[in-house]
Amino acid sequence: MKKIIETENLRTNFYTYEGVVKALNDVCITVNHGETFGLVGESGCGKSVTVRSMMRIIQSPGKVESGKVLLFLDENGEQEAVDLLQQSESYMQSCCGDQISMIFQEPNAALNPIMSIGEQVAESFLFHRKKSLSEASLERLNAQDCKVPFKGIFKNLYKKYHEDENAFVFKLLSHIPLLNRWDFLIRQEAFKRAVEIISKLGIPHAEDIAVQFPHNLSGGMKQRIVIAIALACSPMLLIADEATSNLDVTIQAQILELLKDLKKKHISSILLITHDLGVVAETCDRVGVMYAGSLCEVAESRELFGNPSHPYTKALLESVPKFHQEGALKTIEGNVPNLVTPPAGCRFHPRCKHRMDICDKEVPNLLEIGKNHSVACHLFGDK
Amino acid sequence: MEKILELKNLKKHYPIYGGVFKKEINSVKALDGVDLDIYRGECLGVVGESGCGKTTTSKAIIKLHDPTSGEIIFHPKDHKDSYDIARMKPRHMKKNGLRSKLQMVFQDPTTSMNPRMLVKNIIAEPIIENTNIKGKALEDRVVELLEMVGLTRNHLYRYSHEFSGGQRQRIAVARALATNPEFLVLDEPTSALDVSVQAQILNLMDSLRKKLNLTYMFVTHHLLVVKYISTRIAVMYLGKIVEIAETEKLFENPVHPYTNALLSGIPSTDLDIEKKRIILKGDVPSPLNPPEGCRFHTRCPFAIELCKKKEPVLEDIGNHKVACHRKDEVQELISKKFA
Amino acid sequence: MIKNHPKIKELKFTLNRIFTNPSAIIGFSLLLFFIVVAIFAPQLAPPNTKSHNPYIVPHEGFSATPKQPSAEHLMGTTSGQYDIFYGVVWGTRTAFKVGLFVVSIAALIGVMLGVIAGFYGGLVDEIIMRFVDIVFSVPLLVLAMAIVVAFERDIKYVIIALIMVEWRNYVRVMRASILTLRDQDFIHAAKVMGVSDIKIMLRHIIPNGIYPVMVIAFMDIGSLVITASFLSFLGLGAPTGYADWGSMVAQARNYIVGPTGEMFKYWHTIIFPGGCIILFVLAWNLIGDALRDAFDPKMRRQ
Repeated sequence: MKKIIETENLRTNFYTYEGVVKALNDVCITVNHGETFGLVGESGCGKSVTVRSMMRIIQSPGKVESGKVLLFLDENGEQEAVDLLQQSESYMQSCCGDQISMIFQEPNAALNPIMSIGEQVAESFLFHRKKSLSEASLERLNAQDCKVPFKGIFKNLYKKYHEDENAFVFKLLSHIPLLNRWDFLIRQEAFKRAVEIISKLGIPHAEDIAVQFPHNLSGGMKQRIVIAIALACSPMLLIADEATSNLDVTIQAQILELLKDLKKKHISSILLITHDLGVVAETCDRVGVMYAGSLCEVAESRELFGNPSHPYTKALLESVPKFHQEGALKTIEGNVPNLVTPPAGCRFHPRCKHRMDICDKEVPNLLEIGKNHSVACHLFGDK
Repeated sequence: MEKILELKNLKKHYPIYGGVFKKEINSVKALDGVDLDIYRGECLGVVGESGCGKTTTSKAIIKLHDPTSGEIIFHPKDHKDSYDIARMKPRHMKKNGLRSKLQMVFQDPTTSMNPRMLVKNIIAEPIIENTNIKGKALEDRVVELLEMVGLTRNHLYRYSHEFSGGQRQRIAVARALATNPEFLVLDEPTSALDVSVQAQILNLMDSLRKKLNLTYMFVTHHLLVVKYISTRIAVMYLGKIVEIAETEKLFENPVHPYTNALLSGIPSTDLDIEKKRIILKGDVPSPLNPPEGCRFHTRCPFAIELCKKKEPVLEDIGNHKVACHRKDEVQELISKKFA
Repeated sequence: MIKNHPKIKELKFTLNRIFTNPSAIIGFSLLLFFIVVAIFAPQLAPPNTKSHNPYIVPHEGFSATPKQPSAEHLMGTTSGQYDIFYGVVWGTRTAFKVGLFVVSIAALIGVMLGVIAGFYGGLVDEIIMRFVDIVFSVPLLVLAMAIVVAFERDIKYVIIALIMVEWRNYVRVMRASILTLRDQDFIHAAKVMGVSDIKIMLRHIIPNGIYPVMVIAFMDIGSLVITASFLSFLGLGAPTGYADWGSMVAQARNYIVGPTGEMFKYWHTIIFPGGCIILFVLAWNLIGDALRDAFDPKMRRQ
């Protein structure tokens, strides 16, 4: 199977007043082409920090200490790995939205309240796909029935832009008022595509929605728009960070259905981050379970929920109410540890029922115990 | 079964003022005619989407706001009389000893406790307000409460920020229990907690209810949690109750199309169970101008002309109340449409 | 148990936050210096035994030209032969008097009205805040002039004028901080427990919402001294010869620039009282800054 993104021993710390929070402890995850990978864990377990470290959007006082984030790009049929942590800021900018897109929990924070929905979706096209847009506008200009004043000038401009987008004249034009609107046909084209993608997401009356502002829309609708922005440039990987957690059950079902549907048609992989085990079970192909900054178990979803192996995964599954719940819920004693002073060795050992002598001395490695099933626990070592 | 609370046609409209003279131009109908009986000793789960009025109902009962109209009749245990508390002044409630009987546990324990007070004072406050216990007896009572929720005397002299989320919620429970209440409103008490701690609090609440013969109103949007802890469930939609039944009955045989959609939308970890998923179209309409007729007809897959015109009433079909015009044929329609 | 009482621990923690901040250390040392000067004023500059009011600066002769610092007059004399050293030392007491009096009374009024307006809202809020708006439209200068014309030039009328305009700021700040607290769950919880409104305000609202007011109050102590000085400078404050930094600067206003060729001849008439004002204001501002950092909930531990 072809990999799409991989982290190697990712380690992130937060330097706070209280001390150094060791938020990530050598996290290695791999997302393959064509799969939905779910990352689950409780709040503060580092699942969000993992993807934020991957995308290099860790907020201060956080810092990625070591590790690699490899993005596999298809280069003439051969896979080429790029370490995102070594790339320049501008590379990340062009990569985000084009190859990788992200959607967050709070759609309100992701949308600009004073821009119309259509413009916001179009912005993504303008940033990443201006060249192909100029081609489309050129075609429009060449059409017989096109009525644009100064047609000849625009034709030349767009042709030139298509040939060399970094030409001096465009830099000059972009600084002159009024003349910096030379690309209005491109903008129109982008808006048209924006309407298209909004209607593709199953939103009725896309034309009407596109001219509305975020405050006119409901929470579920806003989340769809955020997804539309993320999908605008058909990325290889969509990262959804608690994308449905704030929504109501019926709306969540709509959005999850939408994501499943989109994965089939448009994007190759989804990295889904959530604390809801049910959501993961129903939408993901492969699941990684995190606890206190380290990865405990990775397996295919059916295998993980049918045959959980790590004591934490087992306990977590037993502590969540199920549809056919029998008897009382089992609880996990104790609390999530403070990551300023994480427990030595396996970070779960103070709460673990199968604790052994080795657990508080050595950090367990992720071991393959079955087909596509790895566990980081000393119970499975040396066998 | 003995009733503890009766809600009769309870309404809460939040007015919206407009114009220079601030006249009422419209109102948000957060609660629009709720009839509900709550029986002593039960745990009534109230579920629905955000804005359906579940929190407004619970806050009306514990008198955090005054309802616009309707009655809330409270039958306290040791009183001969019953009281309509819907329009009773807080002062009078306290004088009649009703205030201490109705308590609440809030969603987020971080914000529901004064960050500048010690645990001892947090728990002692309601006792001082409602009884004459002082000094050593007071401290003993506080320790007793702490032990009841699984904490110890060592936790007395600490601030709430020194505790983890689960422990904080235990303190909040201890505070709610301090005045020996009969009725507790639990407003999403586990949704701010970690998944692994949620079970601890749920089990604690369940055992406390049985031990102290409490009555709960458990407000949540998490259906599996409500299924685990409740004995009876009311489903709300846009300010009204659409279905109410005992937990087992509701989950085995949901009647209202909205309940069906809610239950089918629960993401579950049991992968082996085949499910018919009913995906509703569109969003909840605005409570400013709720739809005519049945409020659910705009999203209902089985709406007919009658639904748009006439509002269905909550009818009893054998210990199971539903407000739907097509209640007799819903199951058939679902199996036909979503097979 | 008492030794490690959490309230003491909390206090220690806050103090630790304050005194690890360099600006706080500078601010508090400056303040300490001024306090010492104010306390030992009779020893540093013994008042004339004949004078019934030690705040009146002694002067020898009536010559308008200031004299240079000498052994007799450590900081020289200002116009009218008033001793600058005496004025600066006793002026410290005046500065504290003005700052502390005005701020404590204004803050008390402001906090009370702010809490009532914020907590009850509605009509009460509307009435109080509109009244504050009216007070905001009264210019300090006009008010001070009216008071001085009606009564006489004296430091106590400066204090009264300042109190009359200063409280309005605290009402707004306190109300804003109450509005965010009012809908917090712990206030609801207190209401459900049957705690009376007054107790909720005293026990839950004020202890949590007072911090922004405290920070601006500390900063105001400094800036009020500037305002008082400026009133004195305009002739609306303390009378000539009163030990007040502002009026001392005012007295020297004709000697800010010396005669031709000797621009800085009379530097001492401005630098000593003016420098005191600057350092005094700086001290309170640094302290206010440090307190803001210490109370900032974002920077406090969880």
